[in-house]
Parts: sequence; C-alpha cells; structure tokens
Amino acid sequence: MMRASAPLPSLLALFLGACHGVQTSASGDGTESLRIGNLFGLFLGTTGVVYLIVLVLLAIAIKRGTRHRACGSGLQGEPPSHLENRWRLGLIVFTGATALILLLLSLATFLTDRSIARAAGAPTVEVEVIGHQWWWEVRYRDPVAGRTLHTANELHIPAGLTTQVKLSTSDVIHSLWIPNLAGKQDLIPGRKTDVMLHPLHTGLYRSQCAEFCGMQHARMALDVTVDSPADFARWYDTSLKSPPIPTGGLAYAGFQIFQNRQCASCHNVADTPASGMVAPDLSHIASRRTIAAGTLAMSHANLRSWIADPQTPKPGNQMPKVTLSPAELDALTAYLETLK
Amino acid sequence: MSSLSRARLALLPLALLQLSLLASCGRETRDYRSNMLHAQNRAADFRGNAYHIAQGQRLFGWMNCSGCHSHGGGGMGPPLRDAKWRYGSSMDNIVQTILNGRPNGMPAFRARITEDQAWELAAYVTSLSIRTRKDALSARGEEPANVEPPTLDERKNPRAVSGKQDAAEKKVGTQ
Repeated sequence: MMRASAPLPSLLALFLGACHGVQTSASGDGTESLRIGNLFGLFLGTTGVVYLIVLVLLAIAIKRGTRHRACGSGLQGEPPSHLENRWRLGLIVFTGATALILLLLSLATFLTDRSIARAAGAPTVEVEVIGHQWWWEVRYRDPVAGRTLHTANELHIPAGLTTQVKLSTSDVIHSLWIPNLAGKQDLIPGRKTDVMLHPLHTGLYRSQCAEFCGMQHARMALDVTVDSPADFARWYDTSLKSPPIPTGGLAYAGFQIFQNRQCASCHNVADTPASGMVAPDLSHIASRRTIAAGTLAMSHANLRSWIADPQTPKPGNQMPKVTLSPAELDALTAYLETLK
Repeated sequence: MSSLSRARLALLPLALLQLSLLASCGRETRDYRSNMLHAQNRAADFRGNAYHIAQGQRLFGWMNCSGCHSHGGGGMGPPLRDAKWRYGSSMDNIVQTILNGRPNGMPAFRARITEDQAWELAAYVTSLSIRTRKDALSARGEEPANVEPPTLDERKNPRAVSGKQDAAEKKVGTQ
C-alpha cells in the first residue's frame, strides 16, 4: 500500500501546478479559455460523480454476487420475481438519468460555443501571423498607411479588447496555440484562418506551435504579451520608430559586419540597407524575451552564442553557421543589443 | 517439417526485407554544420543528397536565382537545365560561379551566402540537368526539379548564323 501511494503527492503537485503559469490552459486568462475551462470543469465534475456512482454500484454488485453464488441462486437467469419491479425501475431511472445528463452537457457545450462567438465582437486590433519553419512572422495592420508594423516571434495585444489574428503559412501546416487565451488554430497552406483573442487582464504568456512542422517544431514558441490598451499603444508607437544607426565603437563595427556579410541577405532591420524578407525581422530584437522563437532566453551570452553557431541549439534551422571571428561576434552582438 | 520451423522459415523473407530497408537510411543523412575536413571531396557529400538538394531549392528561391534563371529555364541568364555550361558543369565549377560571379552578369554571392549554402545550391542546380536519384530529388512544390531532367542532347543555338558558331560554342561550353 505504501508503494502504491508514493507517486500520489507528486501527481497532485503536477495537476495543481497546471493552474497557473505562462503556458497553461487551466488559468482562464482569456474569454475563450475561461469559458471552455468552466465547461471542462462542469464535464469533469459531472462525469466524476457518475464515475463514482458506477464504481459504488459495481462494488455492490460484486459483493452481492458472492452472496448469491453462495446460496445458489446465481445471476445468469431471470431476476427473482420479488426483485423484478425494482430492477426495471432501476434500469429506467439509470437510462433516463444518463440521457438527461448527456442532453444537459450537450446544451452546456452549445451555450458555451455561442457565448464565445458572441463575445468576440468586432476586433480592435488586426494582426497577421505567418508561420514559417520554424519562426513566426507577425504583421500588424493599421488603417493609417505607414503604420504597418513588422516583427517576429512576439505578439503584443491589448487587454480587454478583441484582437483578430489572421493566420497563414509560407510552407507547411503549423498551429498557433496560446493556451492561456484560446484554443488551437491551424495555419494551413493555401488557406486563411483566424482566431479571436480576448484577454481579460495583462500578463506574459508563451504560445507554442501545435502541429508538427518539421525538425524544430518543438522550438517554435511565440512570446505573447498582453498590455493595457495604453501600454499597447505606447509599445506600437515606439516600435514604429527605428533605433538610430550607431556612429562609432563596437556597435558601429557590428553594423558594418551586419550590412556587408550574410546577415543582410536574409534579415531586415528597419531604416537600414538590410532588407531581407525571408528571416525574422530584427529591428527590435533586443526587446524580445527569447531568441529564435523561444529557443534561448535573451541575454548577451545567448545572443552571441546563437550568432556564432545557430545549428547547435536548433539543428536544421534555416540560419546557417557563418564563420565569424570572436571580435566580429562581439561587434555584432553589441550592434544587435542597440536594436531595442 | 514441424509447424514451428515452418513459421520461422516464413519469417526469413520478412527479415531480409527489413534489412533491405536499411539501405535507404543514408538518404536522410543531414549535415547541419559542415565538416571542413572533407574539403577534398565536398561534391560527393552534397551531390545526390536529398536534404542538400531540398535546401538548395529553398535557397534558389530565397536568393531569387529565378530572377535571371527562371527555375532553370534561363532568361537573362543561361538555362541551367541543359548540357551547355559556359564555365563548367562540375560541382566545384558551379560553386565558384555562385561565389565569385562570372562575366556578363552573374553576381558574386560570396558575402551573401555561406560556402555550404553555395554547395547546396550547386547540388540543386546539378539535379536540374544531370540525372539524379529519384529519391533524392526534392518533393516540394511544382518546380521543374520534380520531374526528370530532359535529355542531355545539345540544343541548337537559335541565333546561330552558321554551323561554325555552333561548333565553337560547343567546344567552349560543354564539359
């Protein structure tokens, strides 16, 4: 008995730990995840109670079975006549209750679905997220020309307002999943899908690609930041401006290397000659929380080691290993850190 | 023969089949960080390798080679799917062409891509004109690379005035 219950506390800890965190569907930080979380709770409670009742009945039946076999009456044949009515009534009640419960659960599902669809409403913010192997391209649309914002591997949305995320992909099927806010939505080649996000409060969350898309599917995370509407507007305006080109020192040397070497042929840094469109936009890389779609945490050392050899932390990704001297690496890292 | 030994005998062809499947494992070898120790014979590493050909196809699109070479059909640049090569058709030649550029308009990509990427491009370009293993050809997209290359017959130069020009070009271009 001791050995059987040993894993129980750790299992409980595992379950309870799922309630809060940057990547959990149990915390209900968005309208969709909250409503579905409530529905899940209803299902869990109902089916849990039914399960316990069935277990109790099973235990009774097993115990009764021993008794009947002992006195020879057996359960194979007809029920004894004095029990027939009770059995019939019991079966009718059981079947009726099952049907009623299933009906009510279906109704609850229908109502939840409708309430989610109604809560979405007209979106305040429209974002396009384009999936690539293995990074996220994010483009904000603004009715004012010249206010389109391109970024990568990060998503900022305002709390309390509806954001419509329009999804498409440049290569294979991906799936955007921000468990704290909403369910999964696939990014399918040749098709446009979308997901409505309605966060309830500010917070930092981690999203994940939820459809196997190749070698580095596991390292394709998206940092989601829910700001207050004022903070979101401030972040948007700041991101539209580009950081100035460094004028001297290590950062300027890094800028030179960036423009003249392989970096500029794939990456884009706003207001510089580097305007490659096939790799993540680096205009504000230093203000991101992670490098390479959640592969490494943002830090000077990680950034430097990523540039030195991207194939070790994320083998097979599309960024090649460029031979750079330690001095060049220092310069490049210094330059990229100015891109806040 | 007992039923047990008969069953065991029936498994023998199955075991042999499984062994034969191992023969295709090499096709999936992927080398993400080039091993420069093989500098002597890098062509062998890259040519006919499914991964490198697929990456070369990706880079062909990324670097807009189609801007002049139009998916191998040519245009401003010469076609890449025939047997006529002005500067050589071996993998080493193609890599040098890509990295250093050539007269009459081929840009130098030395500072824009890594050497490995140039080898991958060469592997892809080679697959456009030289018969490559069917299971190494890229399965992506509707590129002409997905079909077997056309025959390797000489193409008559439509602008040739006399047979002499044809013969001269033949001497220079083909390898």
